[in-house]
Amino acid sequence: MTAAIDIVDTPGEVPGDVVVTDVATGRPSGLIRRAMRLWRTRVGLGLLVIVVGVAVLGPLFAPHGETEGVGIPNKSHVDGLLFGTDKLGQDVWSRFLLGGRSILLFAIVATALGLLFGVTIGLFCALNRGKLDELLMRSIDIILALPSLLLTLVAITTIGPETWLIIATVALTTTPRIARVTRGAAIVVVERDFVAAAEALGESRFRILRSELLPNVSGPLLVEANLRLTYSIGIVASLAFLGFSTDANGANWGTMIQENRLALAVQPWGVVLPTIAIAVLTISTGLLGDGLARANAGIDRGRSE
Amino acid sequence: MGVAKFIIRRVLFGVATLVIISVLVFLLTQLLGDPAKAILGREAQVKATLLGKRKELGLDRPAVNQYFGWLWDLVRGNPGKSYVNGVRIWSFMGERVTNSLFLVVLAAVVSIPLSLAIGAYSALRRDKTFDGVSSYSSLILAALPEFVIGTFLVLLLSVKVWHLFPAVSNVRGDTRPWNDLKGMVLPSLTLILVVLPYVVRATRASMIEVLESDYVEMARLKGISPRGVLWRHAMPNAIGPTFQVIALSLAYLFGGVVLVEKVFNYPGIGSALIEAIPAHNVPVVQFIAMFIAAVYVLCNLLADVGTILVTPRLRTKLS
Repeated sequence: MTAAIDIVDTPGEVPGDVVVTDVATGRPSGLIRRAMRLWRTRVGLGLLVIVVGVAVLGPLFAPHGETEGVGIPNKSHVDGLLFGTDKLGQDVWSRFLLGGRSILLFAIVATALGLLFGVTIGLFCALNRGKLDELLMRSIDIILALPSLLLTLVAITTIGPETWLIIATVALTTTPRIARVTRGAAIVVVERDFVAAAEALGESRFRILRSELLPNVSGPLLVEANLRLTYSIGIVASLAFLGFSTDANGANWGTMIQENRLALAVQPWGVVLPTIAIAVLTISTGLLGDGLARANAGIDRGRSE
Repeated sequence: MGVAKFIIRRVLFGVATLVIISVLVFLLTQLLGDPAKAILGREAQVKATLLGKRKELGLDRPAVNQYFGWLWDLVRGNPGKSYVNGVRIWSFMGERVTNSLFLVVLAAVVSIPLSLAIGAYSALRRDKTFDGVSSYSSLILAALPEFVIGTFLVLLLSVKVWHLFPAVSNVRGDTRPWNDLKGMVLPSLTLILVVLPYVVRATRASMIEVLESDYVEMARLKGISPRGVLWRHAMPNAIGPTFQVIALSLAYLFGGVVLVEKVFNYPGIGSALIEAIPAHNVPVVQFIAMFIAAVYVLCNLLADVGTILVTPRLRTKLS
């Protein structure tokens, strides 16, 4: 779930050799290389590859169908099944392998949309300071005054948990923070000479946004996007856990935890597997984001020193 | 501009925020979909039934009238009646609000001093084992969704590994939260773990800054004990930036109760919200959304005003 507060640590643990050398640019290639020198980034990336692998390739290896009844409900030991049956007598292992797709897909699409809108608004505001900028930033304060999960829940009250609505509201809650971070990073860049030079050369606004501003804010943007992805995964999984998934009978890690909770004492696998999967997924993006944030703080420090 | 003027401006901004949020909540619940259609389901195909239902719910009035009618009633403390059973919302929500408040306050009372202590100690033992452990744990806790933390705690402390606490709250009917303290352990522990990382990190960051300052060095050179330096000299200055995070964490706790109440079947506003949504009980959803938004806005207000009051530097800048 989206926190009202995102704090990135002071870059206390960035090793000295990472900080000073050839750090004149905030371009993502350098940032990623720098982040990869930190153990937390590598561990995060490794875990992420594993979970995404399970979610994407898992369906190919699922021995049974999504809603196929294979035995007596809630049995932890069934011959021929790895992890027993769930409360409807479906194969837990198959549903686990099938249950990651929708969470991952929704979260990635919502974050991508939030990124698209947020970056556009942020860059626009940084380049055209004025009444509209003020208005947009105030609106952002107001959207941020609501917990994102609440906004999504309010929206599905009369319409129901439709795919487009979930993606749209999660994107809506992602946009403001991305816009704010982009604007903050871009405002400094706008003041620099090469932007004035591009303007003097008569380059179009769009070209300046795309080729001059965007590459120079992509460092902090990458960090923020990663943070937003972590929270989007949290919201999408939380919605499914609360019983608001688009496909009520479909395999989904959040839904699995919800529906197998009551049988926890006799058949824990239906809860344990998806809980671990969601935990590892969010921890991996969290570690990755922290590694990127540290590397990015190092770059910023290098620039100012 | 004096402090008083700042507070007045900040309060006005808070009120304006709430008004705009009310528009947003109204738009999303009443205009984006049709509550009458949602309640009737298949019956909505009969035109007369649909129109009758819309009239009954007052949805045949112009949207602007509906909005102002609702807002005015809300301001006067009358959030309307439930669509499901026609009962006045306050008559059954009062108890839910108390239950949620009790849970949140319990969690806050434990988590805030605890996280201040952990954060301060991490700063003192910077880059040592304790700091490393607390840094990685807060990173992991901050990434985990609330219901995952709750589910892990149930597996660990209730159902599978140790059988210490009940997995489900017994708060029902005459049993109020304070009569079921054993059942309160896991829900409040979940909330504590949810906000802990934010306050720990903020305290650590601001404490490191203060510990590196000259006057703390001076206090150390005077021979004051490390503990004295930390609590008497460093903490009062580190608390300023942390205060903001504490107030926001309180707000965040109120957002988090929705999931935590669901995990432990705890009858608070969060579970009321989850029950109201599938029933398309629009007035209840609107009330809870506005209540949580009001708590958010209030906590943000307290955060800003409190930060000004505990930071002399900012106070003088205002006047």
